[in-house]
Amino acid sequence: MDAFWIILTGSLVAVSCALLGSFLILRKMSMVGDAISHSVLPGIVIAFFIAGSMQSIWMLVGAGILGILTTFLIEFFHQKGRLQTDASIGVTFTWLFALGVILVTYYAGNAHIDQDCILHGEIAYVPIDLMYDSQGNPIGPKAVIILSFVLVLILAFIFLFYKELFITTFDASFASAIGLNTSRWHYALMGLVSLTTVASFESVGAILVVALLIAPAASAYLITTQLKTMLILSSGFGILSSFLGYWLSYLLDGSIAGAMVTVSGFIFAVCYVIVRIKK
Amino acid sequence: METLIEFFSFKYPNIKYVVFGTILLSISSAVVGCFTFIKKKSLVGDVISHAVLPGICISFMVSGSKDPFLLIIGAFISGWISILVMDAIIRNTKIKEDAATGLSLSVFFGIGILLMTYIQHSGNAAQSGLDTFLFGKAAALVGKDLMAFSIIAVIVLLTVFFFYKEFKLISFDQQFAKVIGLPIRRLEMVLTSITVLAVVTGIQAVGVVLMAAMLITPAAAARFWTDRLSRMILMASIFGAFSGISGAFISYSAPSMPTGPWMVMVLSIIALISFFFAPRKGIVIRQWRRFSIQRQLLEENLLKAFYRIGENSGEHFNRVAVDDIQLIRNFSPAQLAKGLRKLRVNGYVQRANGSWYLTNEGFEKGKRITRLHRLWELYLTKYLRIAPDHVHEDADTIEHVITPELEARLVKLLEYPTEDPHLSEIPK
Repeated sequence: MDAFWIILTGSLVAVSCALLGSFLILRKMSMVGDAISHSVLPGIVIAFFIAGSMQSIWMLVGAGILGILTTFLIEFFHQKGRLQTDASIGVTFTWLFALGVILVTYYAGNAHIDQDCILHGEIAYVPIDLMYDSQGNPIGPKAVIILSFVLVLILAFIFLFYKELFITTFDASFASAIGLNTSRWHYALMGLVSLTTVASFESVGAILVVALLIAPAASAYLITTQLKTMLILSSGFGILSSFLGYWLSYLLDGSIAGAMVTVSGFIFAVCYVIVRIKK
Repeated sequence: METLIEFFSFKYPNIKYVVFGTILLSISSAVVGCFTFIKKKSLVGDVISHAVLPGICISFMVSGSKDPFLLIIGAFISGWISILVMDAIIRNTKIKEDAATGLSLSVFFGIGILLMTYIQHSGNAAQSGLDTFLFGKAAALVGKDLMAFSIIAVIVLLTVFFFYKEFKLISFDQQFAKVIGLPIRRLEMVLTSITVLAVVTGIQAVGVVLMAAMLITPAAAARFWTDRLSRMILMASIFGAFSGISGAFISYSAPSMPTGPWMVMVLSIIALISFFFAPRKGIVIRQWRRFSIQRQLLEENLLKAFYRIGENSGEHFNRVAVDDIQLIRNFSPAQLAKGLRKLRVNGYVQRANGSWYLTNEGFEKGKRITRLHRLWELYLTKYLRIAPDHVHEDADTIEHVITPELEARLVKLLEYPTEDPHLSEIPK
């Protein structure tokens, strides 16, 4: 049963990430996703001390705000300060991450968060941390419920606004010519990326979220030219990584999240070799 | 204050080592960072710092010891491989630089985490402390570790010192470097190697995630103060060294505080100050400059409108209603009000009963702008053979920046003209 919950959690994270990651890659914004996944840290810590507990809704709000702030700062330094994008990303996320680590250390005594869990999470605890209904009966693991909610949100967003996302991704100037507010879609997407990051950070950690954002989507991008196929394929790769990753970590007695990422890297390598041979 | 004196008197030899170590590490990363910054490959440092983890684990698994030199060799090899993988993905597939960067760093790091947890669970007693590579341990940088990392930092600095000119050339203009016969590929290899070395040593101080800041932030901050590479490197080193000392001092006076994150915090504050307040390139001065140019344009366009009205009525100092100005040129009401207020403060117009009239200074200035506008129109039609109905826009832009010297040359070139292409008089 534990294996089921762990693989399910991993798959939920992987599919959410794969869907968003596809858009990030096509928009050439992968590293902004990377930056967001690190810089939500101070948002989580601050939300923790405002709400006084690990209440997930506040963490999501805090992380969402920080994610959008990160996106804004990167754009701001790039456009107003003429700082090149790579440096703008690097300066922004390291600064916010350092702030987060300092805050965590400062409140270290009474927080359940530490650097370790933020960096590489612990998916193995997912089945233990249950959520209860009003009668006190267990409904299911907390992480699974939150992640399902996030995934539904992402799916709804993509289904409802597929056309807008499609146009702003592939032809931003055409999009603004027909009156779409491209920056609004940009920020909406980045807001979702931060939500996903923070919802998954307890289970897989910030840096491994990045891998799940990029690797399955990049693998799918190699072998298809259709956005719809890419979204489906990358989700499939995500689930496969979660499934095989669990058994790999079982074999090696190592971190489950690390194993998931290793598998997703392996899937990319396979796609890479296939594409190279076909050429 | 007492702690400050105590700190800098280096009463405890430990402090001396820590300060010395962090300064050396910060400087070597800052110097290398300047080159990656100029090549617009700042995030390469981030990739390397994540990618050294599997190398460290494998070299520990193979050797069974935590000898810093052995770990560094492992870290160096896997750091290099990550760069090669990233380049191969960019070169051989349609995947762009950003995705290749993120892919390479996160997958290598994932493998590293898998290996590290594998080592931890395998029950090898010698493994404890391997994870300092993840978070850094500047405050405990002593003994053999300090020796190893100092030697590497010195190697990095010496390499930059001896190859300064070559690195500068390949960073700024690779084509040119190739043409004059520099061995580009070998130089790139040396530069990548010292970048990897600087990262491997820097991680000891601040850990995997914040290592990127040690490379990028000092260079980005220094870039706002100077256009010269040599000065940029010098300033970046000073910023790096300062952050090293501050970080060591903060964690000395408040022992629970982590050194690495504070070093990055100090660096980031320096960078933010530079981004906003650096003279010439800072955001504040840039915005102010833009604002004052817009104000100047508004004022001069208003005075020009006054002059045109005077020209039409034949009487330049008559009262002019706001609506008349709007007829000549369409200003937004808010802008018009702001511009007129400014003009009155500067003594170019006066106000009476809700209408406005020019002062002598205002008249002279309006006349000069109109004159420049018409001179330029004439120049465009006469010398560039542009049709008279196409020259107005261009003249509207350039009239604000023509200097008296240029004006004199124009007049001479156009043989002291009296009429513009639309047969309006060019005022003297």
